[in-house]
Amino acid sequence: MWDYTNKVMDHFRNPRNVGTIENPDGVGDVGSLACGDALRLMFKLDNEKKKITDAKFQTFGCASAIASSSALTEMIKGMTLEEAGNVTNQNIADYLGGLPDQKMHCSVMGKEALEVAIENYHTGKCSKVILEGEVICKCFGVTRKEIEHVIQENDLHEVDDVMNYCKAGGGCGGCKPDIAEIITEVRAEMTPATEAPQRKMTIVEKVRLIEETIEREIRPALQKDGGDLDFVDLAGNKVVVSFRGMCAQCKSAQFTMKDVVEAKLREFVSKDIIVEEDKA
Amino acid sequence: MKNIYLDNNATTCVAPEVIKEMMPYFEELWGNPSSMHFFGGQVQQYIELARAQVAELIGAADPSEIVFTSCGTESNNMAIYGVAEALGSGYKIITTRVEHPAILATCRHFKEHGHEVVEIGVDGNGRINLEELKKELSSGPAIVSTMWANNETGVIFPIDEICEIVKNAGGIFHTDAVQAVGKLSINVSETPVDMLSLSGHKIHAPKGIGAIYIRKGTKLKTFMTGGHQERGRRAGTENVPYIVGLGKACNMAKEFIASGQETTVAKLRDKLEQGILANCLDTTVNGDIAHRLPNTTNISFQYIEGESILYHLSDIGVAASSGSACTSGSLEPSHVIRAMGVPFTSAHGSTRFSLSRYTTEKEIDYVIENMPTIANRLREMSPFV
Ligand code: FES
Repeated sequence: MWDYTNKVMDHFRNPRNVGTIENPDGVGDVGSLACGDALRLMFKLDNEKKKITDAKFQTFGCASAIASSSALTEMIKGMTLEEAGNVTNQNIADYLGGLPDQKMHCSVMGKEALEVAIENYHTGKCSKVILEGEVICKCFGVTRKEIEHVIQENDLHEVDDVMNYCKAGGGCGGCKPDIAEIITEVRAEMTPATEAPQRKMTIVEKVRLIEETIEREIRPALQKDGGDLDFVDLAGNKVVVSFRGMCAQCKSAQFTMKDVVEAKLREFVSKDIIVEEDKA
Repeated sequence: MKNIYLDNNATTCVAPEVIKEMMPYFEELWGNPSSMHFFGGQVQQYIELARAQVAELIGAADPSEIVFTSCGTESNNMAIYGVAEALGSGYKIITTRVEHPAILATCRHFKEHGHEVVEIGVDGNGRINLEELKKELSSGPAIVSTMWANNETGVIFPIDEICEIVKNAGGIFHTDAVQAVGKLSINVSETPVDMLSLSGHKIHAPKGIGAIYIRKGTKLKTFMTGGHQERGRRAGTENVPYIVGLGKACNMAKEFIASGQETTVAKLRDKLEQGILANCLDTTVNGDIAHRLPNTTNISFQYIEGESILYHLSDIGVAASSGSACTSGSLEPSHVIRAMGVPFTSAHGSTRFSLSRYTTEKEIDYVIENMPTIANRLREMSPFV
């Protein structure tokens, strides 16, 4: 038997918030029958669309998958969307007094369902960006982004860790070399390595590149939702922006900024970019 | 209700008669059979008695064809290692995709050391593909190892037929009969296998004792060296109390089979199976129900997951097992379930109940009564129902 904590067993035996919500504000579906676990998360917001007033789940999976889902719904009730967006898989595991290493993927599933549900609320889309893109592990349908994400968020070093956290590599094992490569890449970025010996961009080039990236990669997405953003300033790696329109009031601006703006700028301009909102 | 143990393919309780038989070899007769004094010398005869009991259970013509080992895994390792080393890499090794890891891992080891190794597939009911076996045998001499009965599904391979095919092709045949011995009537005089593995703890002897039948004349390289014990075929001081225990357990199993009590077990198994199928939605049986161990049923609960089922069963005092990913400690369902191509809607909820001669009808009724509640609780939670 697994070494589950009493809290895990309690949430497994007496899961809180099982079921569905009528007219939910956000729905997140992750996992599949093929993978052996799946979770559907629903939440309802208050009238001001600020706080999560109710959360429910349905889960197909092992004891720790059920416990993680139950814990997640308990945790996010009463949270604002920004707060919920900051919940990590480790938070879920901690709430349960910890999970066995090989079961950490259950907490990641919870976190991913939450992300998808929040994204669903904002865009009406069913699946978050992170779940799209190049599939590295065919056996479990895990994408490069997902793998990068668990490595960063949980400070992982080994292929086996990645397997424990998102299952990638746990089937035929064919993708293990790719995972090892991704670990090396991600870790190289995490430890602020001495700048790559590329020719450094001049400030002017950098500003231009940032503007281009915002124009091409970021603005269209925001405008779709009735929002926009301005590029205000650049200081070293720090890009200062200000949100406009819908985005200015958006409760998940923080989320958009980190996950969309910063991610895109890191991808197209420089890996060490930090984005900040102009509060002035 | 006291605990209900329905995981007898994993291990069995030690029969009280077996324990009683073993005790004197801890308390008084603890001498080393190799010693040149009365103290050890008097022990040898009991080892030989146990050897005869094992031989009798499987119909071996000569007790000297039985070698005691520490477990089924050792027997399996010894068989593959022994013949593969003795015959060399000119011999292809043929096995199946549903074998116990003790066989699969050993065969794969030889694959890395120059042998051609082939794993034959099974169909959706877990039946071996005999045509594939014939085809693989046509290309030259081979060592073949297939199980007699499968631990997860209980499916029985047509060993007589397999044995004939292999022998006709001039091959060497080993069978892992760990699950079959004690549950089926086995006679190696009629089924001319070259080697057969068996294990004590699956037949109500303790863990830590097994045996291998090696037909006279079979060439085998010694696996464990450094002593003359077991006629030089397996060095190491004999585990006397356990050998005696295994002998007694074999003796009891023989009586049990002779008296036809396996049909009683089969009836209980059928009652359990039908009770679950009738009362729980979306359930199917895995494996060839016409050729199955009398004590085993493997039932898939669609849309719910095996580990959750086991924990809920455990909470009400019922012990079973599952081929689901989560319980195998890996991330995929068991290799047997996958080899059979069980659809993934069912694979993760596969649950095995394995009975023993000690299982009672009251226990079976209790499980039938409580299973729907457990299945329904998990179904209510499932996003797929
Ligand atoms: S492709 Fe990742 S384990 Fe098979």
